[in-house]
Amino acid sequence: MAKPTGFLEYARQDPPKRPVDERVHDYREVEQTLSPADLERQAARCMDCGVPSCHAFGCPVKNLIPDWNDMIYRGHWRRALELLHHTNNLPEVTGRICPAPCEAACTLSINQKPVTIRHIELQIVERGWREGWIKPLHPARKTGKKVAVIGSGPAGLAAAQQLARAGHDVTLFEKTDRIGGLLRYGIPDFKLEKGILDRRVDQMRSEGVWFETKVNAGVDITAAELRERFHAILIAAGAGVPRDLKVPGRELSGVHFALELLGQQNRLVAGDQISPEQLISAKGKHVVVIGGGDTGADCIGTSRRHGAASITQIELLCAPPSERAATNPWPTWPQIMRTSTSHEEGCERLWSVGTKEMAGRNGKVTGLKCVKLDWTDAKACKEIDGSEFELKADLVLLAMGFVHVEHGPLVQDLKLETDPRGNLKVNMDFMTSTPGVFAAGDAEMGASLVVRAIYRGRQAAEKINQYLAKRS
Amino acid sequence: MKKKLSDFTDFKGLNAAGFAPKQGLYDPQYERDSCGIGLIAHLDNQPRHELVENAVKILVNLEHRGAVGGDKATGDGAGLLLQMPDAFFRQESAKLKINLPPAGRYGVAMCFLPTEPALNRRCREALERTAQDEGLAVLGWRSVPVAADHLGEFSRATRPDIAQLFVAWNGGAKDAQPDALERKLYIVRRLAEKEVAGWSDADFSQFYLPSFSCRTIVYKGMLTGTQLLTFYLDLHEPVFQAAFALVHQRYSTNTLPTWSLAQPFRYLAHNGEINTLRGNVNRMRAREAQMVSELFGADLDKLKPVIVEGGSDSAMLDNALELVVAGGRSLPHALMMMIPEAWGAKYHMSEDKRAFYEFHSAFMEPWDGPAAVVVTDGRYIGGVLDRNGLRPCRYSVTKDGLIVMASETGVLEFPPDQIRQKGRLQPGKMFLVDLAEHRIVPDPEIKARIARQQPYRKWVKENRLQLRGLFEPAENPALDPDRLLRYQHAFGYNEEELKMVLAPMAGNSQEAVGSMGNDAALAVLSSRPQLLFHYFKQLFAQVTNPPIDPLREELVMSLMSFVGRQQNLLAETPQHCRQLKLHQPVLTPEDLERIRRNPRSELKTVDLDILFSPGGGGKGLERALDELFARAEAAIADGASLLVLTDRNLDAQRAPIPSLLAVSGLHHHLIRRGLRTLAGILVETGEAREVIHFALLSAFGANAVCPYAAFATVHDLAERRLLDRSLTPEEAMDAYVTAVKKGLLKTFSRMGISTIRSFFGSQIFEAVGLSSQLVERYFTNTASRVEGIGLEEIAAETAARHAAAFPPAGAPSSVLDVGGQYHLREGGEKHLWTPESICQFQTAVRNDDYQAFKAYSRLIDDQSRERATLRSLIGLKPGQPVPLAEVEPVEAITRRFVTAAMSFGSISKEAHEDIAVALNRVGGRSNSGEGGEDPARFKPLPNGDSKRSATKQVASGRFGVTTQYLVNADELQIKMAQGAKPGEGGQLPGHKVSEEIARVRHTTPGVTLISPPPHHDIYSIEDLAQLIYDLKIVNPEARVSVKLVSEVGVGTIAAGVAKAKADMVLISGYDGGTGASPLTAIKHTGLPWELGLSETQQALVGNQLRDRIRVQVDGQLKTGRDLAIAALMGAEEFGFGTTALVAVGCIMMRKCHLNNCPVGVATQDPVLRARYAGKPEYVVRFLRFIAQELREYMAQLGFRTLEEMIGRSDLLEFKPAVDHYKAKGLDYTSLLAPAKGENRRCTRTQDHALDRAFDRELIKHAQPALERREKVEVSLPIRNVHRTAGAMLSGEIVKRHGVQGLPEGTLRFRFTGSAGQSFGAFLAPGVEFLVEGDANDYLGKGMSGGRIVIKPRAGSAFVPEENIIAGNVILYGATGGEVFLRGLAGERFCVRNSGAVAVVEGVGDHGCEYMTGGCVVVIGPTGVNFAAGMSGGVAYVYDESELFDTRCNLDMVDLESVKSAKDQQRLRALLEAHVRHTDSARAKAILDNWETRLPLFVKVMPIDYKRVLERMGQREFADTETVSATEEVYAEVKK
Repeated sequence: MAKPTGFLEYARQDPPKRPVDERVHDYREVEQTLSPADLERQAARCMDCGVPSCHAFGCPVKNLIPDWNDMIYRGHWRRALELLHHTNNLPEVTGRICPAPCEAACTLSINQKPVTIRHIELQIVERGWREGWIKPLHPARKTGKKVAVIGSGPAGLAAAQQLARAGHDVTLFEKTDRIGGLLRYGIPDFKLEKGILDRRVDQMRSEGVWFETKVNAGVDITAAELRERFHAILIAAGAGVPRDLKVPGRELSGVHFALELLGQQNRLVAGDQISPEQLISAKGKHVVVIGGGDTGADCIGTSRRHGAASITQIELLCAPPSERAATNPWPTWPQIMRTSTSHEEGCERLWSVGTKEMAGRNGKVTGLKCVKLDWTDAKACKEIDGSEFELKADLVLLAMGFVHVEHGPLVQDLKLETDPRGNLKVNMDFMTSTPGVFAAGDAEMGASLVVRAIYRGRQAAEKINQYLAKRS
Repeated sequence: MKKKLSDFTDFKGLNAAGFAPKQGLYDPQYERDSCGIGLIAHLDNQPRHELVENAVKILVNLEHRGAVGGDKATGDGAGLLLQMPDAFFRQESAKLKINLPPAGRYGVAMCFLPTEPALNRRCREALERTAQDEGLAVLGWRSVPVAADHLGEFSRATRPDIAQLFVAWNGGAKDAQPDALERKLYIVRRLAEKEVAGWSDADFSQFYLPSFSCRTIVYKGMLTGTQLLTFYLDLHEPVFQAAFALVHQRYSTNTLPTWSLAQPFRYLAHNGEINTLRGNVNRMRAREAQMVSELFGADLDKLKPVIVEGGSDSAMLDNALELVVAGGRSLPHALMMMIPEAWGAKYHMSEDKRAFYEFHSAFMEPWDGPAAVVVTDGRYIGGVLDRNGLRPCRYSVTKDGLIVMASETGVLEFPPDQIRQKGRLQPGKMFLVDLAEHRIVPDPEIKARIARQQPYRKWVKENRLQLRGLFEPAENPALDPDRLLRYQHAFGYNEEELKMVLAPMAGNSQEAVGSMGNDAALAVLSSRPQLLFHYFKQLFAQVTNPPIDPLREELVMSLMSFVGRQQNLLAETPQHCRQLKLHQPVLTPEDLERIRRNPRSELKTVDLDILFSPGGGGKGLERALDELFARAEAAIADGASLLVLTDRNLDAQRAPIPSLLAVSGLHHHLIRRGLRTLAGILVETGEAREVIHFALLSAFGANAVCPYAAFATVHDLAERRLLDRSLTPEEAMDAYVTAVKKGLLKTFSRMGISTIRSFFGSQIFEAVGLSSQLVERYFTNTASRVEGIGLEEIAAETAARHAAAFPPAGAPSSVLDVGGQYHLREGGEKHLWTPESICQFQTAVRNDDYQAFKAYSRLIDDQSRERATLRSLIGLKPGQPVPLAEVEPVEAITRRFVTAAMSFGSISKEAHEDIAVALNRVGGRSNSGEGGEDPARFKPLPNGDSKRSATKQVASGRFGVTTQYLVNADELQIKMAQGAKPGEGGQLPGHKVSEEIARVRHTTPGVTLISPPPHHDIYSIEDLAQLIYDLKIVNPEARVSVKLVSEVGVGTIAAGVAKAKADMVLISGYDGGTGASPLTAIKHTGLPWELGLSETQQALVGNQLRDRIRVQVDGQLKTGRDLAIAALMGAEEFGFGTTALVAVGCIMMRKCHLNNCPVGVATQDPVLRARYAGKPEYVVRFLRFIAQELREYMAQLGFRTLEEMIGRSDLLEFKPAVDHYKAKGLDYTSLLAPAKGENRRCTRTQDHALDRAFDRELIKHAQPALERREKVEVSLPIRNVHRTAGAMLSGEIVKRHGVQGLPEGTLRFRFTGSAGQSFGAFLAPGVEFLVEGDANDYLGKGMSGGRIVIKPRAGSAFVPEENIIAGNVILYGATGGEVFLRGLAGERFCVRNSGAVAVVEGVGDHGCEYMTGGCVVVIGPTGVNFAAGMSGGVAYVYDESELFDTRCNLDMVDLESVKSAKDQQRLRALLEAHVRHTDSARAKAILDNWETRLPLFVKVMPIDYKRVLERMGQREFADTETVSATEEVYAEVKK
């Protein structure tokens, strides 16, 4: 293990962040890095637990956390990288944007601060890129089997890479103009600069993955064609349908889904041009973000960088406690109050607030009519009589999550069954109701974490591999 | 009227002789015995009847060392081996009109014959016919008159007809040589035995020939010593005369003793156990094919097989000894071969003798195990003790030439002036009387004579072949990394193993230590491919033989062996040692190259690939094995003497045959073909890397192993700087070899085996999950009781690994399999404790949430997809449900709950006390664990809670085991073994010994504490009975329990424990927790409790013992379902260890051994203890939940009370795992076989005979002192049968007057005679015991105060300081008091003493072993290994020879002269006291010449102890606050 007494000797040290004053003026990454010496000390805090909940419970992709912590403590960065890549195809992504359930599950977090697992992960892989250790891995033997992967988000990328390394010919279809899915057009650059994705895509290209962008599978290439051309199809198209808020005034202009703003901003950073009539800007505006999750926070950070006059985030649920409740014990994910970097940059947060109506003038939104909610009965909240209030709003951003995969021609023509929530139904082998057609990630489990999508993509690839082996 | 066996319901299924067939798990093959032994002889060799009477008297006086069976009257066996009573037979033959030739010219067969007349006749006819065919004349038969009235039922039921047959050479004195007649009688006996054994048409099991000799005769039977005399009427005849006799009193753990297994056998009587029996027997059998004898000529074949299978270990030892002696070697020569003394470099020994032993080790391995053997061939009579000296044997020689030797002194009384000498048999030494020369032949004389009868030294020097220097040095190219990676995949290496097993071995030269129990899947239930090694569990010594301390008693151990072609056992030539001498069994690749290229014709070496085509499945594997065997035979025929089995050449098409399968299969094949001794088997395998792998290969027939992939891996780890220390690859490989060697010694020592020569082939493993078909063929005679996989599955597992090494897509993964055996890993081994199960469990107990508990138990019980435990395949049959409300309440059930022994020291004070409080609240019992208990906890708290542990443990270290501790207990538990590390001791490192721990353990803070592997007062079953008696005596109200660990044969041991009168026996699963154990022990030693419990129940019930002993079970008991199964299998009580800890916060970090527990449970670090967040309530809730869940099962099964449920194994059913490729082969028929008998549970109490205890009389005399603290002085006679004198009295004193007892000298007892065992045990302050005479073993055991003085009787004629006055293991675990002995004491004087002061005039081997405190003065000779493991206390040794340093173990102590005035004063004062109490002439002489003698004293000072004392002294000087001083010391030591 790492250092037996490390956790007693060293305190947790978080990676530094650029000062708010500085960072709100650009879209570069907020988080910075610890020095290698500091990082090795942080790794020394790992206790190499007999039952490592970080790995076996917290981490969806089952990263070998204690093992690579040990390697970092001992200064074996390259071996740490091998171990990291053994379970995770995109550690440079999860190392930046994962909420790190591993850290919540870290044994130290029972009564101390957990190991900085996510940051260690990030530094391992970044050092790998810097040193040139990350090279294309070519299979020794090709199988001659062809696989189509639909969607280039984390699930699709992870699956495609695994399948290519197993010797299959993989074609990855992406609807938009760039590879990355939600990573590309959902996560702001200040959390994940996009060059990060390009490095990995280049590696995959060298490994033989064929990327087809601007192809809307099911439309630009029909389901029948796909079936004919490929021995197996993996749908990793994500859960693209956002949850809407059906209240009076929803049709007003100035009300947008969060991804409209976030996607547009990422394009701007990438150098694309957006016509002024399409441009969504928060500059000088009173912004209200509906939804208290990560996407909502991303909207806040983006609005702040636009130069919003005010930003308010409202959440239906009551404010979470500052510490774990007895019913929410370690190592489960703690439902507690969290402050993101975007929150640090300034915004007002309101809890237990329901939206009754969007008010507007001249077809443009001007405010929100809200009501306070009583959550005394956790199962059925009540509006509090007389608590109605109004919020000023020139820009309303809906960040209330996603419903399910799009039920478009692809799904229809492949005759894929869905579950009651609208997700694609798969069996233990990730196969949909149509033999030879598989699904992984948000498309089959509903919107979730990037890291979970990577895991599902990897697992699906393994099952597809087995499926193809049986058909030879 | 004589009842027949079948009249007894409980004896159904036994044959006429009372042998049980194998039923369920209980197999009579695992019977063991121990006992009391003795001999009596007259130097003048004149037969006399008085000697026979005295022999019987010895037996009677040793009766407490024997046992009686379930019917309470049947003795386990007693017998006499006597000089042929010629005068008596002459008288009798005259009556029968038989014409006897002169003495020595006729033979007498003592015959046990079937009682059924027709069968009886056939046996007699067979015997007569055989004798006649062999050229003997049958002179006639004599019926032996017996009186069976007093025998026990069982003894009577199986009693054979007893008769004697007289024979002589046909045609008179054809040959006057008695040796020739004796040999012929031997042949006739073997032929007759074999013939009758071959008859299967009827039950001839009663037929047995106790002796057939012209010199000696055996009278024995299933009797007690007293019954022997009443039974055999011959023994009363005045004309029945002999000049010598061996005696034996048997204590059989085997619950069904038989007439034939009573001892003595034909040559010997044995006390102890031969651990290595299976290997010895196999090798004797292998040697038979090569045996040639001029003396026997063609007759030799008639003897084969020489060893009669089915006999006890002692019987088989006798068989082998008989052959060697009859084959022409003298009796002492044969004994030196078979039970050699230790002859390692640390012993002073003549080169000739060392060479003798080395020479013989090339063709005869030690019959290893605790053995005190008395033996006679008619001319020589004597005794020999094994190298470890673990059995007591004392002798007295009288002035008129009578010699009496026995397990105890005082078995015959002599006037003091008649005794010329009193001695003891010393480890490895022989005591021999030559009746022809009428003298005692001293050990050095006889051994020197034998060692020089041939030029052994020259033979060895000129013929043995040494590895180094003899051959061309070979170059060894390093393995290329890609090849290594393939090897690692092909042999199933995993990342965890590299990190947790190999890196520590290579980095620290020793095996890694881990903690907590094993909760991972058994190999056969695992869904992942497992190495074949992992289907085996190591057996270990418990109760019937002691484990060894491989560290502190390393000098008796050896890894040296010879390999090559062995020669004829019955001859000796220089060629006999023309073999390759290996100093250890691990060969480096260079070593192997040297062997391969060697030019010697005697060492012709042949490589045999052990590979097969992985696509061929089980059939292919079988074919490959057959071919291997054929190639091996061909190679041997071609002159090969070394076979190298190699898997180095594996490739994409060929996978390695599991090395263990190849080795063991070939080993057994060659044994069956009689070829095994013609060639050594070396294995070059990439598979072996962990200690257990080497141990298994050796135990199943590999002479040496070259683990090339392990070496390459270590090389690679070192190069990549992945070791804890920076080592060069070469250093790392050396360190790795060292670790394997140490690990092997540890493995041997767990079973009490000393040398690899006897460990080799010993098969001391049990298979779990291998089919009997596979085992019979390739692992012949290995226990495997639940069936399991065969070649097909083995091939599939190998193929899966092979596929990872040669994957279709090309290169193998650079990251190996994750493993997950030790630490949980996704995709690795299944564990029961997972984040989910821990979380649900802790939520349940913290929030008082039964639903969460049910969620937890579902996680544990639902093993439908991945299984871990045997019980996962056991189902409960549907019963007639009863309403839950009618089931007895939770409170009634929790009274049956206990927590496992966890010492204060291994877990924090907070956790320890919370658990105690919780168990007291629910009416259960917590267990103090080893390490004492703070007396403050004995008093209840104001709120009614109590922190007192109801169960106090007595473990091998005896830390804190004071009289006060013992009397404050409801239960005293003797820990024989611990699930996580059976057969091992423990160590509490100095930095964990805080002020508080030191106080309750009666030791010094900061000083390391060692618990020895064995209890030094339990080397055998009768010793256990003695300790149980000791504890009962000191605290008659407490029940006494014995903790055993599950292994094959545990049922038999449990039966022995029941006979030893324990009130409860605990069967622990191998998977129990630990604060620190070597990983091998955690994973590979011991068996699941299901097997042990079921076997125990079957053995106890089947033998009418179950009703008098309760049965408790523990080992990963987690849910109500576990308890229901355990109850139905026969458990009355249930123990929890890990779960109790998880309830107070343990999260299975497995870091206990690092003192780093982050939740404050298993640590002494104050910072971490502050993080402890447990509460007694949590434990209470857990116990109530699990009881509630059990109630639900009871309701469902239809039981209102647990009583009704116990032992109802008929309600359990096997649910085969049809869908699992490995587990589908399991079969639980034996496991679930219902026990045969009426009483399924405990219904009565043991009869401890406490009312007859000697102390009752002492207490009567002591009343004035007890009640009014008045002074009392009493004089009484004492005998060896008066055991544990003083303990009950002391218990009484401490109960009434507290720990400080009575003022010094309040009670004075003066005894005359020989004091029995455990004299003065647990003696309390205020009592003074004076003995004029001598004393036996365990004097002053656990002494807590008072004084014991032993001196020779007035008028004794011998020189006191040259004669033995007290036995072995004196002052074991003593915490206070004084002892003065005017004379010599035996082995292990003051072992684990932590406070007593003693003066003695000489001691045996291992003096002051593990001592942690107190003071010892020795003014005479010491044996070897003085001060081994001595971490505290002081000894002053008078070293006249100035050779003391060569006999002292200097690992932990420094030797100094007695310089300081303080030391000088103390020494002088003690010597003056010694003179005052004993009139010691020797002490007086020293004092009289103080100035000149003082410089001859050596002070033995433990190094750590000295440092700690110095630091404490300095601090005390500067700062009076001692607590801070000790804390600083503790911090200092930690650095």
